[in-house]
Amino acid sequence: MSATDTQQAPSVGRGSGEPMIQIRQLSKWFGNFQALDNIDLTVSRRERIVICGPSGSGKSTLIRCINALEPYQKGELLVDGIPVSDNLKNIDAVRSEVGMVFQQFNLFPHLTVLDNLTLAPIWVRKIPRAEAEETARYYLERVRIPEQADKYPGQLSGGQQQRVAIARSLCMKPKIMLFDEPTSALDPEMIKEVLDTMTELAKEGMTMLVVTHEMGFARKVANRVIFMDEGRIVEQNDPETFFNNPQSERTRLFLSQVLGH
Amino acid sequence: MTDLAAPTTAPPPAQATSPLNWIRQNLFNTWYNSLLTILLLWIAYQLVPPIVTWLTVDAVWWAAPSEVCREAAGACWAFIHEKWRFIVFGFYPHAEQWRPALAMVIGLGLLAASCNRALWNRWLALGWLIGLPAIGILMSGGILGLTHVPNTRWGGLPLTLGLAVIGLVVAFPLGILLALARRSDMPAVRAVAIIYIELIRGVPLITILFMASLIIPLFLPSGVNFDRLARAQIGMIMFAAAYLAEVIRGGLQAIPKGQYEAADSLGLSYWQKQRLIILPQALRISIPPIVNTFIGFFKDTSLVIIIGLFDLVGAARASLADAEWRGFYKEAYLFIALIYFFFCYMMSAYSQHLERTLDHSNRRKGDLG
Repeated sequence: MSATDTQQAPSVGRGSGEPMIQIRQLSKWFGNFQALDNIDLTVSRRERIVICGPSGSGKSTLIRCINALEPYQKGELLVDGIPVSDNLKNIDAVRSEVGMVFQQFNLFPHLTVLDNLTLAPIWVRKIPRAEAEETARYYLERVRIPEQADKYPGQLSGGQQQRVAIARSLCMKPKIMLFDEPTSALDPEMIKEVLDTMTELAKEGMTMLVVTHEMGFARKVANRVIFMDEGRIVEQNDPETFFNNPQSERTRLFLSQVLGH
Repeated sequence: MTDLAAPTTAPPPAQATSPLNWIRQNLFNTWYNSLLTILLLWIAYQLVPPIVTWLTVDAVWWAAPSEVCREAAGACWAFIHEKWRFIVFGFYPHAEQWRPALAMVIGLGLLAASCNRALWNRWLALGWLIGLPAIGILMSGGILGLTHVPNTRWGGLPLTLGLAVIGLVVAFPLGILLALARRSDMPAVRAVAIIYIELIRGVPLITILFMASLIIPLFLPSGVNFDRLARAQIGMIMFAAAYLAEVIRGGLQAIPKGQYEAADSLGLSYWQKQRLIILPQALRISIPPIVNTFIGFFKDTSLVIIIGLFDLVGAARASLADAEWRGFYKEAYLFIALIYFFFCYMMSAYSQHLERTLDHSNRRKGDLG
């Protein structure tokens, strides 16, 4: 564990010690705009981390770097010991261990729900179809929509689609799950069903990084909350301290805006 | 919105009107619409009865010498009666014309079966595996006691269909590869695709056919004899591939970035992503322009006449060269127009069927939050 990391988060309850994600001095630019500025972050197994911050603060960019959807220009990023770099083999290895849930669900509209779930296990993991379907039905049961297996994504509600997307990632048996604003595109009455699914996942010990504005979820589920602004980690703490006793002025301002109404 | 009115179950208001009312409301609702309606009725009255009379009442329907036709006021269907086999089969030996006929039946039968995805099984694959050589043997002969017919004597509808079907079947995957190449991250691959597509698209098909038939042989070492039909076929494939590539690229561009990212994050390789996620969606959106290109290409095969191949149009023109039957071009062109229309309409109808069956956004169309 690096020195900077221990410095930044001294009293945070960790998962089970071994680091799953190690990020050191990570910087990224979009053209001349610096999106990430020297990010240091270590995530242990079974940690549930919520990342919040104003839009444009780099929080989505940070988790998109973790599964190589975005390239970075400086620093070091290891996932389960594998360096995320330009090496295609490494990228494939990392992506098969990291699941991702998107704001816009990104289900495959031309495939049934069941085919959405079995596609990657069959083609990437080379699992026999029957076995893949069994796994898929198990996870559909888990996200409480087993009866939708033969429908197409376009026939489901937003909340159902997002739960299918979560199940699709879980079918690959990932070690880490990334959530990129998973409830931001949902109608209010559907947010709860998705958050409930995520809460259950956290209880089972999944390592999770969640970019979200759902502060209730952060308070209840996260073991660490990170506040980002202008491409930097401004503050990170356990939820209790983060919400009740924020250290920086910017965090306080942000929280008053998010929680104020 | 705080207006929480109870949901109503009242039926929509009735909108039925009598036909007379409909006519008054739609055709005679203003003075200029009334004028237009009357004008169009008058034009139709001037045109339709004479055409129908020419086509049917005054026409010579059955086999008759050309003199009878020349005295009649109507269409000379006796000409078609006399010449249809030549128009359909060109210079293929008369006694052997059952062979191209059978070849067409096999080819079109296999194509029709392949249009139904429920029939995509190993039997269909076996059918193609046997059918394609069978078509080749039937057309060319030389074995199994069939007399050899060189492809310089092939013509008419089998030639048109062969050029179009083989052309499209080969050009389609080439077009997909070119479209993917043009969107590639690799600059060299992209450059090759752009140069190829822009060069081919910038040149008329006639020029490509001339090049294929006249210029390419100049570059070949002497003694290498490259078949004229094959050269024309290759030229047409190159042409169609460039157009299809641009149409497919349009479809690729319409696929949201999220689909690529979802496929990437699941660990799919480039080719898996393209084949399983991107192309099925991109091709479905591109069905109308793809079929447009197919239909255009089908009719463009008639240009092979300029390098001396007698396709359907060529055979129809050649049939008019007979001194006895000179001048019946209206009947000849109507006849082949009907044949062209049949095949083009089939393609169009099938594409509409395909669009309906592949549309899975049925319930929430346009409702994306």
